[in-house]
Amino acid sequence: MHAPHNPFGYKRTGKRSVEGITFWMIRLGTYLILAAATFIFLQIGIKGSQTVFRAEFPFINTEFLLESPSTLYVFEWEGQKMEMGDDAFRKFKAAKGVDSIPAATYAHSAGGIFPCIVGTVLLVIGSMTIALILGVCSAIYLNEYAREGWGIRLIRLAIMNLAGVPSIVFGLFGYGLFVVFFGWNVSLLAGWFTLAFMVLPVVITASEEALKAVPQGLREASLALGATRWQTIRTNVLPYALPGILTSSILSIARVAGETAPIMFTAAYMIGDRLPWQVDKLTDFFFQPVMALPYHIYVVSSKIPQNEYTERVQYGTAFVFLAVVMLIALASILLRMRLRRNLQW
Amino acid sequence: MDQPTQTSDRTDTPEAAAPRPAGPAIEIRDFDFYYGSFKALHDITMTIPSGKVTAFIGPSGCGKSTLLRCLNRMNDLVPEARIGKGSMEIHGTDIYGANIDPIELRKKVGMVFQKSNPFPKSIYENVIYGLRIQGRAKRSHLDEVVERSLRQAALWDEVKDRLHTSGVSLSGGQQQRLCIARAIAVEPEILLMDEPCSALDPIATSKVEELIFELKKQYTIVIVTHNMQQAGRCSDLTGFFYLGRLIELDQTTRIFTNPSQKQTEDYITGRFG
Repeated sequence: MHAPHNPFGYKRTGKRSVEGITFWMIRLGTYLILAAATFIFLQIGIKGSQTVFRAEFPFINTEFLLESPSTLYVFEWEGQKMEMGDDAFRKFKAAKGVDSIPAATYAHSAGGIFPCIVGTVLLVIGSMTIALILGVCSAIYLNEYAREGWGIRLIRLAIMNLAGVPSIVFGLFGYGLFVVFFGWNVSLLAGWFTLAFMVLPVVITASEEALKAVPQGLREASLALGATRWQTIRTNVLPYALPGILTSSILSIARVAGETAPIMFTAAYMIGDRLPWQVDKLTDFFFQPVMALPYHIYVVSSKIPQNEYTERVQYGTAFVFLAVVMLIALASILLRMRLRRNLQW
Repeated sequence: MDQPTQTSDRTDTPEAAAPRPAGPAIEIRDFDFYYGSFKALHDITMTIPSGKVTAFIGPSGCGKSTLLRCLNRMNDLVPEARIGKGSMEIHGTDIYGANIDPIELRKKVGMVFQKSNPFPKSIYENVIYGLRIQGRAKRSHLDEVVERSLRQAALWDEVKDRLHTSGVSLSGGQQQRLCIARAIAVEPEILLMDEPCSALDPIATSKVEELIFELKKQYTIVIVTHNMQQAGRCSDLTGFFYLGRLIELDQTTRIFTNPSQKQTEDYITGRFG
């Protein structure tokens, strides 16, 4: 007695082998991407956490997160190598009763990056608000109101092309229009609008997709009951498109937070002595330059001499930067989940 | 040469609703309609009496749904649709004339679609949606309106305990009855129904047909249907369409037993379509 013949058994033919090989190549590609991402995140994570975290309580280097950058002094005192920031050095000198101690100085390597964190958060909130308002309104117009014709095609072409413009060109555009022509100078407001225009194509496209996904039947039913177009959009289309719109904005947040070129000449400056809310008048708040995380990385990496102390700051800043972007994205995801639960369709 | 026969317009005893304007509900004269360059309707002339159910029958693509959607100007949403010649008068006013606001028209001429489209809101919100957007939602009698509309739609008993659950969680037949309740909550004068039962099983279909029989007392109803038996059961007047033309319009009993046009007879006996 032999085993019954299996009519559905696996037959090793040429086509099946090709499929197997292709499958493994695709898998390999995916693993390579995974490996690259892991490598980047691990390196930033390991080196950055050396700056951000501490061994003893409260386990986080609060000085790094809550103070402004200052100069690091490295010197020898009684045979011991010591390093301390500006304020601490002055206090040390006074305590020891000496006027000056020969020390090597390293700019930006002591203190923290608090103003940069604050600046980046402000830039993200402001520019995403502007981008979402302008983008969603444009998407509603293009999808719900506009009649097909060469005018609309031209607008869509313009939006598509805007997506391909390099970010440095956006920086120049922002500089020319907002900083110089409008006279806003290097300011938060100029940065907001420059960054908003940079992500506008993505927001418009994603919002249009979200609006298109709402079934046409809902619009027809609403109009058949005597609603105006805007009533229909406001009550029956926009609420159901909102989760999709917010999802797409998550990617835009990362882009807005991370781009250096647009803010280089429109909003960011190397170092300042006041925090953004320490202004005399309310209007001054919008017209002040801010420090920003990506620009700080640039400054610390290329505008000052490199050494082991600046490397600490670089990786620490990168780590904090990733953490800030992930937190904002997490908030966006939570908001979207909440909206989706309430507007199940 | 065939003159479509008209039934005399005898209104039933007036219900609690406002007295219906006298005269036929809808008068269509020599109406042409185009989708781009395609002529979808040719020289349609007919009178739809008020207080009765009129059915449009005919094979696919004969223009009956197009004509129905013209009655509340839903074809305005289709970019290339336009009327040719002719007029369409509802209670004496040409709805394609100047100074006509389609929004106001649709408040008086309601529509139930082939594929039920309840809003993803609660059943309660679905029914009062029309009142809310028309600014007629007075909180004091909203509950009363919801109960009345759902009772008229034969849905009240099934959903009275779960008015605040989502409308899309209902079964197909219930969803369609919800859409009917939603349409009648705003008390239009004319109700247009585009193949309302085509997506329903026989039991749900019979419930909706009973409903149409009840609603007839208060509304003028125009129903498009593929199902000839349904037309025979529900309607008082039937119009047979073919390739964009109205072939015959007559009392239902007469059309189904003794049609005067050969095309009508061929369609009814199933020789084509």
